[in-house]
Amino acid sequence: MTAVESIRPEPADEVLIEVKHLKMYFPVTAGVLVRHTVGQIKAVDDVSFVVRRGETLGLVGESGCGKTTTGRCILQLHRPTAGTVLFDGKDLCSMDGRELRGMRRHMQVIFQDPYSSLNPRMTAGDLVGEPLLVQGLCADRGAHRERVAELLSLVGLRASMADRYPHEFSGGQRQRIGVARALAVNPQFVVCDEPVSALDVSIQAQIVNLLEELQEKFDLTYLFIAHDLSVVRHISDRVAVMYLGHIVEIAERNAIYATPRHPYTTALLSAVPIPDPVVDTQRERIPLTGEVPSPLNPPSGCVFHPRCWMATAACRQATPELREVEAGHWTACIHAPGYGSA
Amino acid sequence: MATLLEVRDLRTYFFTQAGVVKAVDGISYALEEGETLGLVGESGCGKSVSALSIMRLVPDPPGKTVGGEVIFAGRDLLKLPDSEIRRVRGKQIAMVYQEPMTSLNPVLSIERQLTESLELHLRMTKAEARREAVRRLEQVRIPDPERQLKQFPHQFSGGMLQRVMIAIALSCNPKLIIADEPTTALDVTIQAQILDLMKDLGREYGVSLLIITHNLGVVARYADRVNIMYAGKITERGTARDIYRSPGHPYTLGLLNSVPRLDLPRTEKLDPIEGQPPDLLHLPAGCAFRERCRFATERCAAEAPPLRPVGAGHVSACFVAETLLSQAKERAA
Repeated sequence: MTAVESIRPEPADEVLIEVKHLKMYFPVTAGVLVRHTVGQIKAVDDVSFVVRRGETLGLVGESGCGKTTTGRCILQLHRPTAGTVLFDGKDLCSMDGRELRGMRRHMQVIFQDPYSSLNPRMTAGDLVGEPLLVQGLCADRGAHRERVAELLSLVGLRASMADRYPHEFSGGQRQRIGVARALAVNPQFVVCDEPVSALDVSIQAQIVNLLEELQEKFDLTYLFIAHDLSVVRHISDRVAVMYLGHIVEIAERNAIYATPRHPYTTALLSAVPIPDPVVDTQRERIPLTGEVPSPLNPPSGCVFHPRCWMATAACRQATPELREVEAGHWTACIHAPGYGSA
Repeated sequence: MATLLEVRDLRTYFFTQAGVVKAVDGISYALEEGETLGLVGESGCGKSVSALSIMRLVPDPPGKTVGGEVIFAGRDLLKLPDSEIRRVRGKQIAMVYQEPMTSLNPVLSIERQLTESLELHLRMTKAEARREAVRRLEQVRIPDPERQLKQFPHQFSGGMLQRVMIAIALSCNPKLIIADEPTTALDVTIQAQILDLMKDLGREYGVSLLIITHNLGVVARYADRVNIMYAGKITERGTARDIYRSPGHPYTLGLLNSVPRLDLPRTEKLDPIEGQPPDLLHLPAGCAFRERCRFATERCAAEAPPLRPVGAGHVSACFVAETLLSQAKERAA
């Protein structure tokens, strides 16, 4: 039984996004006059998961593991090499540009860096109002202005700030503009791609709280991409862990933090520093040796085996598939308890 | 333990068209030999500028160190002639920067970047410097150092580059290494490797460390003492245990409360510090933190609270420090 088939029996109306065998390979080319492909970067390599309506799915992993590419593939900002992405049962990968533009009303994105993701020549009001114009959602200029004012106050900015330019705002305020822009078209689904990692510690919590409030108010579904495991635990209902283009573990939030079943998750959790010298020095830490291998030439078998302290000969041969080892807890490690019998 | 570095009332201002920015406004601290000192604050609080001021690397204009003393090994670095300070930089005080990808020269081999300071400061010959470079790369646990010397920075990962940076910093046996956000650009599993390495090497060679970071979690395990900075001033200083377990300044408490912690049960809501960091061009009178502070009174607007002792080796610049400390004691009990 593969991952997808067994996730499938969930009640269909609970699932908003379904990703099946998603692959995104980027070609590596050489040659000046005659360009030819010399290799492929397997940024996302056969990833399957679902996002349920109204939930927050956290997607964590280190830089280069393919978490951002996964998010972009769902939104069709990259057209995937293979696989399907179903939004409310409709296949996004087979849609053309025009159909997709219609779908983008329902799915939006909040980017990581509020400094580079906002056009410096547009005012806050223009930035927030642009999606409304693109989607033709406002009858006249009066309605447009009102909606922009409403959106700004929704994210904790004053309507009078609409005439200011991005450089006049602090990082936290800019991210609020990014949130308002994403919510302008009343989407159902928002990909939050590292929305707080560029912000100061004291501001991060403000934005996380804001995202949670808005989710409750508008029944939003989030894919929350981040590398900060403490923030992800706070905001997510379920968490997926990625490593080198593969999802290695996916489970309910409490299960994955209390009883991680993949050695990579265990190591990742143990590396998170705790802001308390007494607690932090007493914690057991699993140091990972070496570096993440290149996605250009990933290791055979389980991609984690060169850094794994549990690796055996079997790990080097076959790539372990994601299996359910406990109710709702999926892992791709042959050494996980219950993996062989699942 | 003897004092290695003493910063007294350091003031570094930037003279811009919009006005004077007091990036570092009268900070004082001491660093003992062999000690690891943390300097924690958010972006724009002046923590990096204060480190650059020690090395006299603040771009002038617009920046200028307008006052204070930096006593290192008995001499005031701010008064040294240029030829002398050049002998201190990289030799007695070395720096490790935040972004190893951009702070190494992309067109020089790793070998050249390592041997440059050895030839300059220690007057080694090319062959000696090369041998020393291999030894240093081994020390920072880079596999196959002979071969790696011929590589260029783009052939290394971020974590490996940061090891090279540490090797360069260590190369002339400095007494002090200033690490400015040494792990911020690195992944969490690599962060732990780099910090452990720095701490181990520091202990082994008796090097003192000044670690500058915005992440309270990073220094908890490694720093002996911690300074907290806000809007150009030190607001609190104490042992790591004091700072994390019984903070005596509302800003420190706010920082600690605003981050979710993996070792504690999940809370329904995060507890952020409200408002925005102040604009250094238009600092409010009195305490710079008062507009975001839950404990602020009228007194905080009228006078700036001085940094004063609130416990053994623990100083805070807050009028209500004692209340916070007794609350912390109650929580612990």
